[in-house]
Amino acid sequence: MKGRLVVVGGGPAGMGAALEAHRLGVEDIVIVERDIHLGGILQQCIHSGFGLELFGEELTGVEYGQRFIDDLSETGIKIFNDTMVVGLEPGKVRAVSSNGAVEIRADAVILAMGCRERTRGALKIPGTRPAGIITAGSAQRLLNIQGLLPGKRAVILGSGDVGLIMARRLSLEGAMVAAVVEIMPWSNGLPRNLVQCLDDFAIPLLLSHTIVGIEGRQRIEGVHIAPVDKAFQPRADNQRFIPCDLLLLSVGLLPETELCRQLGLDLDPLTGGPCVDQHMQTSLPGVFACGNVVHVHDLVDWVTLEGRRAAAGAATWLTKSLQGRHLNVEPGENIHSVVPQRILSPSIEDITLSFRVKRPFEKPSFALRGPKGVLLEKQRREALPAIMVELKVPAKILPHEGELVIECRGEER
Amino acid sequence: MYDVVIIGAGVIGCAAAYSLSHYDLKVVVLEKGGDVALGASGANSGIVHAGYDPPPGTLMAGLNVRGNALFPQLCKSLGVPFQACGSLVVAEAAQEGALQNLLSRGNANGVSGLAILGKKELKEREPNLNPRFDRALFAPSAGVTSPWDLTLALAETASVNGVEFRFNAEVTGFRTKADSLKAIEIGTERIEALVVINAAGIYADQLANLAGAERYDIQPRKGEYIVLDKELAGFVHHVIFPLPKKQSKGILLLPTVEGNLLVGPTAVDTATRDDVSTTGEGMAEICREGKMLAPTLPLDKAITSYAGLRAVPKDGDFVLRASAKVRGWIDAGGIHSPGLTAAPAIGEKLARLVGAFIPMVPKARFNPRPPLERFAEKNWGEKQRLIQDNPRYGRIICRCEEVSEGEIIEACQRPVPPTTLDSLKRRLRVASGRCQGGFCLPRLLDLFAKELGVLPETVTKSGPGSEVVVQPLVKGGS
Repeated sequence: MKGRLVVVGGGPAGMGAALEAHRLGVEDIVIVERDIHLGGILQQCIHSGFGLELFGEELTGVEYGQRFIDDLSETGIKIFNDTMVVGLEPGKVRAVSSNGAVEIRADAVILAMGCRERTRGALKIPGTRPAGIITAGSAQRLLNIQGLLPGKRAVILGSGDVGLIMARRLSLEGAMVAAVVEIMPWSNGLPRNLVQCLDDFAIPLLLSHTIVGIEGRQRIEGVHIAPVDKAFQPRADNQRFIPCDLLLLSVGLLPETELCRQLGLDLDPLTGGPCVDQHMQTSLPGVFACGNVVHVHDLVDWVTLEGRRAAAGAATWLTKSLQGRHLNVEPGENIHSVVPQRILSPSIEDITLSFRVKRPFEKPSFALRGPKGVLLEKQRREALPAIMVELKVPAKILPHEGELVIECRGEER
Repeated sequence: MYDVVIIGAGVIGCAAAYSLSHYDLKVVVLEKGGDVALGASGANSGIVHAGYDPPPGTLMAGLNVRGNALFPQLCKSLGVPFQACGSLVVAEAAQEGALQNLLSRGNANGVSGLAILGKKELKEREPNLNPRFDRALFAPSAGVTSPWDLTLALAETASVNGVEFRFNAEVTGFRTKADSLKAIEIGTERIEALVVINAAGIYADQLANLAGAERYDIQPRKGEYIVLDKELAGFVHHVIFPLPKKQSKGILLLPTVEGNLLVGPTAVDTATRDDVSTTGEGMAEICREGKMLAPTLPLDKAITSYAGLRAVPKDGDFVLRASAKVRGWIDAGGIHSPGLTAAPAIGEKLARLVGAFIPMVPKARFNPRPPLERFAEKNWGEKQRLIQDNPRYGRIICRCEEVSEGEIIEACQRPVPPTTLDSLKRRLRVASGRCQGGFCLPRLLDLFAKELGVLPETVTKSGPGSEVVVQPLVKGGS
């Protein structure tokens, strides 16, 4: 297959995409990765739970990533590590490394840059600005790769998976986690993490609470927490102070879309990432995206599958282009966001819709509605915001034009 | 024995050092903190005011206008960013009288180019402003700069021209003899000097009283800010002011010279002099007033917030004078807005005041500070050449602000080098972007530790007690 494919990012999404493109016959593939080694965020994930779906095994993040790194070494795929992509324009990738500032020709691009963490500044948490306030992912890197303990008595803001994993990690190193503070009335983390990271270590989870102040001159000395009302505003009563020397922030992951904006791609304000179709093609023909840069995943196994989908799209594009009319896919009642945001019509293959519910539901019923009525309905046992729902949609039920809406009904928990 | 001791390495102290470094004098700057610009100089709006605000005839007015005139050339020669973006005081038609007052005041102060704009032109210039504003006072000579870059540039230039800088050197007392200043005490250490310039910011009044000079009082007034993401560049093009109030010029909207959008500052008097925390009320007020100026202001794109303390002189004007009570004592106190704008002119004036005590012989050679290479500001060809010459410029450490390893190494080798992560951040903008160090902090820690020749667990954010990590997992190193 002629034409060069450039993959931006050598984490699980990028590696999965590159290997699949190679398997499909794309001969000229380049991975550009900003870190010294491949693996992306997997490098610092020394906990297990990766690969259950894909390999039927429970691997650590590092082991999972190594499988792909090993496979890559058996291909002729060119890997540029320690190289930062600083510019993207149609047909060209600009990157810098200690070897120089280079322009790499690209006939197709797969964006796999992953995501970054929301910061204290983005939440405007008032108080002092001392040492000892870091995002959970940064702390994970400091601890697992650099062998440095960021604190001995921690409060964690946010009960997403990264925060939960770090609660356990810190406890294993002898630090004390005083509390995990979560603004929602439920946790955003996987249920198994709540059990294995909080319950097993007797770490209190304070739901419907938030941090309203930070104290400490040179180093953080503690946080003021407050319960929140139905509008998520802090209440004046029942506020208290929790002493700590470390505040970990696990308050959301945001797709890393700097390069997407440079290209002028359509972005979905609900996911934060670029809009894609079922081939993972963005609004710019020949530019594909996959992994956390499109929407934040809970299982790396699905990230790999999405990378493979993008590779298939790119491979098709390199041979015959992908054109047609688009059906828009909208999140309807009780649905937070949905990927893909558009469907290239007509679709020969079945499509997978990935979405999250806004609230926990018992016995949810998911309905895919088209211009002429309900196309598909599926029941599930439960649905949690923490777990992405995947719905297979047979190609033959898709309309030729119009808008599709995915909605959820059921008993709220 | 020094000719001049300058107390305080804020923009005023460093401007004085810069001016004095043109002459054959033995000068030392004593700074109680670990770096330059740790007080108000590092926590303000970065605005170079046109000069229509201060009452005519005050020191503020004259020095504002003089400083404004000096700014563009000074920044150019020092290699400090400056943008003459102009400013707009926005109002409704019914308030045009207030704008006229400012215009008259500006004319009296010698500000040029002032004009009152109507609805059409205001809308053309600033489409995102609240449509209720249909008049504005336009001041083309206003601009924005980086107060940290300026203070550091003044300090570095003074340093390469012989001025000594001593950090973590808190002045605790003075010795006078027969109404003449004899010595400055730093704990048990004693330094002798002919002249002292008191540029101690929020503590200037306390030091003046300690020295026995004419008494004045400073009221600390906190100002909080919110910084918004660079993707909002172009949301406004000028510095946007509401009509000024008694307490302050109000909460503004402005494009910083780095490309962010800045909203603030609040103005709340405080009892203490060392509380620079942000507050829930402050954040709420900024959001409210910001949306009043521009209803679509995307406050959810905040990346950080900060606060600083203004040193407001209770009597109103700058305190810039040689003491008649203590010979050799020069006050540069109560410098708040337009202090940054006035700084180059204040530096000149302080040098003149020193000249009354000591003969000032101009140096034969005046050296520039070493040039600064910012990778992010280079074009593609320049980037290629920079990396060819030094491969370390090709390793990007801070992705958000595109800062390379080469610059980080270079910063550590400059005059007035960084000793903490915050001082590195101020110099290079690392960890100042949208991820606020999420990506680069762990890498910076290792790199900085190596450059300083210390273990990573000893690297601090802002001095002793603010170590980034508490201990290594394995004793003996990471």
